[in-house]
Amino acid sequence: MPSLYLIVPIVILLVALAVWLFMWAVKSGQFEDLEGPAHRILLDDDLKPDQEKDKNPD
Amino acid sequence: MNTKMEQNCFHCGLPVPATASYSVDINGRQEPMCCRGCQAVAQAIVNNGLTAFYEQRTGVSPKGSEQLPEILKQMELYDRQDLQNSFVEINENEVREASLMLEGIVCSACVWLNEKHVNALPGVVEFHINYSTQRARLRWDDSQIHLSDILKAISEIGYIAHPYNPDHQEQIHRKERQKSLRRIFIAGIGMMQVMTFAVALYAGAYQDMDQTTKIFFWWISLLIATPVVLYAAQPFFVSAWRDLKSRHLGMDVPVSLAIGGAYLASVWATVTQQGEVYFDSVSMFTFFLLTGRFLEMSARQRAGQAAEELMRLLPAFALRKTAEGEEMIPVADLVVGDQVVIKPGDIVPVDGTVVEGSSSVDESLLTGESKALRRINGDFLVGGSVNIESPLLMRVDKIGEETVHASIVRLLDRAQTEKPEIARIADRVAGWFVAALLIVATVVAWWWWQHAPEDAFWIVLATLVVTCPCALSLATPAAIAAATSTLTRLGVLTTRGHALETLSRVNHIVFDKTGTLTEGRLKLEQIKILHESDEVSCLAIAAALESWSEHPIAKILSRNKSKTITATGINAIAGKGVEGIIDNRRYRIGSYDFVSGLYTDAVDPVTSDRRCSQVYLGNEKHMLAVFILSDAIRTGAQEALRTIKKQGIAIHLLSGDDSETVESVAQTLELQNYKARMLPEDKLAYVQDLQSKGHVVAMVGDGVNDAPVLARAQVSLAMGGGTQLAHASADMILLSEELQHLPESIHMARRTLGIIRQNLFWAVLYNVTAIPLAASGFIAPWMAALGMSASSLLVVLNALRLKKLTGQ
Repeated sequence: MPSLYLIVPIVILLVALAVWLFMWAVKSGQFEDLEGPAHRILLDDDLKPDQEKDKNPD
Repeated sequence: MNTKMEQNCFHCGLPVPATASYSVDINGRQEPMCCRGCQAVAQAIVNNGLTAFYEQRTGVSPKGSEQLPEILKQMELYDRQDLQNSFVEINENEVREASLMLEGIVCSACVWLNEKHVNALPGVVEFHINYSTQRARLRWDDSQIHLSDILKAISEIGYIAHPYNPDHQEQIHRKERQKSLRRIFIAGIGMMQVMTFAVALYAGAYQDMDQTTKIFFWWISLLIATPVVLYAAQPFFVSAWRDLKSRHLGMDVPVSLAIGGAYLASVWATVTQQGEVYFDSVSMFTFFLLTGRFLEMSARQRAGQAAEELMRLLPAFALRKTAEGEEMIPVADLVVGDQVVIKPGDIVPVDGTVVEGSSSVDESLLTGESKALRRINGDFLVGGSVNIESPLLMRVDKIGEETVHASIVRLLDRAQTEKPEIARIADRVAGWFVAALLIVATVVAWWWWQHAPEDAFWIVLATLVVTCPCALSLATPAAIAAATSTLTRLGVLTTRGHALETLSRVNHIVFDKTGTLTEGRLKLEQIKILHESDEVSCLAIAAALESWSEHPIAKILSRNKSKTITATGINAIAGKGVEGIIDNRRYRIGSYDFVSGLYTDAVDPVTSDRRCSQVYLGNEKHMLAVFILSDAIRTGAQEALRTIKKQGIAIHLLSGDDSETVESVAQTLELQNYKARMLPEDKLAYVQDLQSKGHVVAMVGDGVNDAPVLARAQVSLAMGGGTQLAHASADMILLSEELQHLPESIHMARRTLGIIRQNLFWAVLYNVTAIPLAASGFIAPWMAALGMSASSLLVVLNALRLKKLTGQ
């Protein structure tokens, strides 16, 4: 099973990359407000009052 | 209510008074507004092209208030350099940075509205609101715009922003949170990776995996599990070490022993290439425990923030009287002996004595007394109370830590530290457990060493792994974490881990009245017409007169103010009422004696009913009407209390109000145990008395005066609309303000306890059956590892059943 000796190190590298990415995300404060962005995306900043009819009524 | 009130204010949702005629054009429609304040706010939102806010919001906005020039002027003080030193950071190029606390945020649309509005101001570099904490970071260019302009812009759209000093505590919290998140992630990703290899190894055990591959997988697992144990699981080791140093065995001791022991054994197995590895169990266990602790920490931090916001009760500035005149200075600069002017509507900044003037003050925030109190020359003024009628000159007696306000905070601190008895019991059990475990392991080791020394190590290891208290230590936190998140969805925030456990054992509930069982604010209940008049004109006259007074009752009546009727020759007499002339007729509004002093005809007095506040209106001839105001009982209170009684819990009502009011509420709610005129000390004594009889007491309250009792009761709940201090001292917060959620929470707590018992039963059963098997050498280490993981998983899955909200 020589392929294992190639795949497993690649997995380790990917994990290391994921860890690094996460550490960066924590450090840059992306986990500080876990609720806001979920709501913010629903409120379109570019929305002008006269464009409102394009939006889904709810 | 008898008056016609069909419409609700488009902005704040409160009913529009019949006599009001305010409206704003929003998207081509004239929307009704209840007052000038709401009208101004809505107009500002429309003018800035932000009407999308009204379509996106999911809650009603706070009532708009008119921008009084003195408040706007006060905001300008925030521009002063010496004052900014404490809360503003100055970066290069005149760019400054400050933290703001925002009041009035109810939904995500509010966040959007504020950000959009403030970011559009020229000179604002960045304005970002954290939705979870309702605090904002503001960066602005001081050469283009001043802080006060930004604060004014925020108040223009109906919100209030206070600059504050993000102190040490907040930064510690942030660091703690980041550290925990990192640990959870390392443990989580480590768990997933190691599990992949573990599955291959388990399968390989049956399909004859060759030795080289197996050892290779072991080394890889070791590589991944090492950071999990050394970094992610570090808090358990640290706390276990602290426990050992203080010579007591907490839950973290067996936890660390399990993690450390299983890890070291696995390392030994990998290096010597014999035996079994437990890297998967170690990572999984660490991950589950860390997640549970993180959830608990988040809830606690959220509650802690509330305590910090308590300082908002006190104003930032005071008007000091000096020989040269009056000057506005920061409250922190006040010294004992200073003379401070307190205008009507202002909050008393520190404790002191009245030296000039007389007025009534509202101490309800501190004492819970809902009626205003008279304060004249020589009387004591408590910091945090509100001056209602006329200006007072006060001599500063106590500042800073010596004030009553500060002492309440201290009282609360002490009560909070006295609390965690239940946590200690759990720790003691863990202590016994770990002691027993060590004894068993020693006995097993000794016995096998005598009989079969070559197998001894692996059998002892299997015993240690099998007896690992993973399931036992996950049993409670997993169930509590699941129940907590379900309750949070319901609008009940659990801020302390033990709350649910204790709530399920409660057999006495103590309620505060004002703001808890009742709405906490006076409402116009009824108008009794006494002499040939009609309600609408009486209301209009009352409103015209009362709009000159700052008294809280006057404010309710003046909401019906119309434009056509205005009063002249106003004479407001503190503590009595208001006199004025309308259409050449003299009117008086206020207490019975005051109003009846205006006419000579003896009219039989209206039967006095002290259960509610009554305001009389009369002219020179006779009494016209009496307005009856009362604090309405919350909807659903009756039903909720009935359900609680059915759950076998005794209900008590303790209030600071007078006995008639309390009696009437108790009668409506069918309560037998009630006490009126209770000071915070009395309430505390009452609860202590119940506790000394062996009862488990829950306290439900909302005010600052309830805080010590909330902290003292075994478990306490604060109303969402209550004061921050009440929030800080409570174990649970009823954010929904629905009393009906209280019996539901109790039901949930009882279910949680049931699940915890099942979990514990399972964990103990597993350990008890597995120990003899392992000790007698029947269990191979890999079976022990599988059993350990499976037992933990079962406990977690059982706990997840609490995620479902079932009716009673």
